[in-house]
Amino acid sequence: MSEFEAVIGLEVHVQVKTRSKMFTRAATGYGLPENTLTDPVVLALPGTLPVMNRAAIDAVIKSGLMLGCEIAPVCKWDRKNYFYPDLPKNYQITQYDQPICKGGSVEIELPGPARNVMGEHKHIPLTRIHLEEDVGKLNHFARDSLIDFNRAGTPLMEIVSEPAMHTADEAFAFLTALRTAMIYGAISDCDMEKGQLRCDANISVRPAGEAVLGTKVELKNLNSISFVRDGVAQEIARQLAIVRSGGRIEQETRDFDGQTGASQVLRSKEQAHDYRYFPDPDLMPVKVDDEWKRRIRASCPELPFEKQRRLFDRYHIPYTITSVLVPDPELSDYFEKAAASSGQPQAAGNWVVNDLLRELGQAKLPLGECKVRPEDLADLVKLVASGTILTPAAKEVFSEMFKSGEKPEGIVERKGLKAGTSPDDLERWCREAIAGDPRAAAEFRAGKESAINAFKGPVMRAAKGKANPKTVDETLRRLLAQG
Amino acid sequence: MESETFYGSIAGLAARLDGRKLSAVELAQCLIRRTKAVDPAVRAFNSFDEADALAQARASDERRAAGKPLGPLDGIPIGIKDVIAVEGQPLTASSRMLAGFVSPYDSTAARKLREAGAICWGRLNLDEFAMGSSTENSAFGATRNPWDLERVPGGSSGGSAAALAAGEACAALGSDTGGSIRMPAAFCGVVGLKPTYGLVSRYGLIAFASSLDQIGPFARTVEDAAMVLNAIAGHDPHDSTSFRVEIPDYRSEIRKRSGPWKLGIPKEYFGEGLDPEIGAAVEAAIRFYRERGCEIKEVSLPHTRYGIGAYYIIATAECSSNLARYDGIRYGHRSKDATDALDLYFRSRAEGFGAEVKRRIILGTYVLSSGYHDAYYLRAQKVRTLIRRDFLNAYLEVDALLTPISPVLPFKAGEKAADPLAMYLCDIYTIGVNLAGLPGISLPCGFSKSGLPIGLQLIGQPYKEAELLAIASAYECAHDWHTRHPDMDKSIAAWNAKTQARASR
Repeated sequence: MSEFEAVIGLEVHVQVKTRSKMFTRAATGYGLPENTLTDPVVLALPGTLPVMNRAAIDAVIKSGLMLGCEIAPVCKWDRKNYFYPDLPKNYQITQYDQPICKGGSVEIELPGPARNVMGEHKHIPLTRIHLEEDVGKLNHFARDSLIDFNRAGTPLMEIVSEPAMHTADEAFAFLTALRTAMIYGAISDCDMEKGQLRCDANISVRPAGEAVLGTKVELKNLNSISFVRDGVAQEIARQLAIVRSGGRIEQETRDFDGQTGASQVLRSKEQAHDYRYFPDPDLMPVKVDDEWKRRIRASCPELPFEKQRRLFDRYHIPYTITSVLVPDPELSDYFEKAAASSGQPQAAGNWVVNDLLRELGQAKLPLGECKVRPEDLADLVKLVASGTILTPAAKEVFSEMFKSGEKPEGIVERKGLKAGTSPDDLERWCREAIAGDPRAAAEFRAGKESAINAFKGPVMRAAKGKANPKTVDETLRRLLAQG
Repeated sequence: MESETFYGSIAGLAARLDGRKLSAVELAQCLIRRTKAVDPAVRAFNSFDEADALAQARASDERRAAGKPLGPLDGIPIGIKDVIAVEGQPLTASSRMLAGFVSPYDSTAARKLREAGAICWGRLNLDEFAMGSSTENSAFGATRNPWDLERVPGGSSGGSAAALAAGEACAALGSDTGGSIRMPAAFCGVVGLKPTYGLVSRYGLIAFASSLDQIGPFARTVEDAAMVLNAIAGHDPHDSTSFRVEIPDYRSEIRKRSGPWKLGIPKEYFGEGLDPEIGAAVEAAIRFYRERGCEIKEVSLPHTRYGIGAYYIIATAECSSNLARYDGIRYGHRSKDATDALDLYFRSRAEGFGAEVKRRIILGTYVLSSGYHDAYYLRAQKVRTLIRRDFLNAYLEVDALLTPISPVLPFKAGEKAADPLAMYLCDIYTIGVNLAGLPGISLPCGFSKSGLPIGLQLIGQPYKEAELLAIASAYECAHDWHTRHPDMDKSIAAWNAKTQARASR
């Protein structure tokens, strides 16, 4: 009787990356001294009024256009009333029944059967996206609690999915895909440690095939992407255990503790707030006309999975490379420049996802501070492809480029790393090798393909490792064919 | 005569300042002497920073002496209702909740007054958080009507109206949510203008009901009101509800317009409950306009009777949310006995707010509650739309409407304090203007036999303040009601005698 299915809907909060706050000019930021990003409006001093930040609206329209939402021609602002010390006005300005975006979907990629095999893709439908303001932060001490209002009033986008996911893996894939899209659109950096991306989940279970949703439990504080997977999996298991033993799920809000992996009741249905929503009389409704949408549409980037498909189609590179490139738009751009400039996408891809990322990781540097320009990496790829240098030497050159930013040709020249074999020398070494092993020569001529390898060792030794294996192979074949 | 100065019009005083017949410091000192003499009885001011006021006056004189550019209100002391923020000055809303709070920023209205050269003059008393019609609901003591200190000055901007009537300021700013400028102006015999919603920025005005609140001037004459309005009107990027509209020079517009106008008399405003003396004074005003060639037309505003209900739902709903910020956490009154955060809210708000404010917060919380929201709040919004439509329909036929301000004469202190509903009904002729977002002006139109002032209301079309002021000015020019002042020496002597008699009983 595993004839139950879970139904999951996610509510994702994304801090919109704007210079100033949602309803005032005070700056946004993270990690600054407490209460330095405030002004009379942020602190809700008597007489202050909100004024909408258009850049935040732009970002939500952009998110909506990227995710295929319908952009409402008119949206409005509402007050959500509740008392909490981190909420300066004791109401939050949000959008209740007229959000900016309706519908749309997020394309997700499920885990494949193996790391190097792409999994299934699907679209998870969205209910809505709306904009609101973030709250401050409470810091609890032994006796007192202190409030830092730096975060208060930061533009916060709420993205609500339909209850259309069924596994913890899907929830994880949804959040991952959404995060990547937000990073692509430069809408948010989505750093979960900094609270730029936060997630609550609504979870219920029902008999498989049943159309009606079961009683939902809201799971809060899923504050890292892996907590989302763990929390959802744990809650599904908890609910299944209850229904299978004949129990009933209580409608409640639970708090997930990522450290212990357990959740506990935060509040029951009876304790639910009455938020007394009403339209905020301090703000006018927002009209989004076609011109506004056109302007934003022009700034919309290619979506992550569109990029994935294009990388496959244009460069014929494997999933092992695209799966590293796609989540990071900067890295993808870097790759595409190196691929275009070198004409060797596969090789360029390998350099980027292996060598470049390794060096960046060791140096703890972001790509933006990398001294190796993609064109220089392309030159290195070309030097290898043309046989001018060999792969071991190229690795040495790359490390040097990474440290100094010097161009590869200069390093090769200075260090004398050129595959230093003149065609005449190579031909002479090959003749000597063939002459030195007449039995292998006879075997090769008789059709034993692998016999050719017997000559390569001696040639390489003679060339002190600077001979191009491909050229060696070709030269040997030519000479052997001559008899 | 000192009274020529402390009862002088802005226009007259500005001319004397320009002609160097009077310095701003002399003017300020004269008003300070007057205030010290009368305010212990009138109690118009919550606080008065004499040093700051004199420093502003000196700065004006220095500008003038140095030949620097001067504002149209340069050196003119203008009192500010204690809900409008002035940087460095107390901002209390006459509430224990904000006792001791000093504003770190200027409201847009105050900043604009400074830019026009005016002196921000003291903090004027009001009903706590502008909720009331008598200025009795002040945590710092009631203001008294200078015409009869036993009576209330009206409210909520009672301090502003009383200060003008008693000669303690040249003009004043008030705020009007349901009549809070016009009604005390009528009770105290001065001019009070509630501009079109959106004409004057609300930034820095402590919100009572955001969709109804509007800052406006109190003045001795219509011309003075126009001068103050010129200084404070205009779009403000800090207030999303402020309107982008060309601001004319209201003062010169008044002179350009001479009518005749078509005036509408809404029959619903002359019904049961209107004091006959007020009715007679308003009828006389109607006769005046008719004799002056204006067409007088009876009109109907059929939804008037639903106004009070809709108003008290919308205003209390908004106030319940607007006043949530006063929680004892960041500023304002904070209970010393709280045991945890929730307890801190309960105690601070229980101790900090007065009874009327609590009553309205509870009403507003109720009407917005889930299950009641549609029946009350949504329906009230629909009524509001109908009321606005009534007015706009009337304006298809007439230029402005003429009505009484208050159904009752200034009443005695304490008379209605125990009956909130009776107090609410004082606003019956003024709240329609707020619900519809229209401009309305109150100007003196007579006195009762007992010597109490009576006010006339003219209601204009949206953003047509110039026209409204011109219509009002036409009446004012032909009457001398606005030139009469209470005999403060007599008022105070009578008050003292009564107080002593009471004390000896």
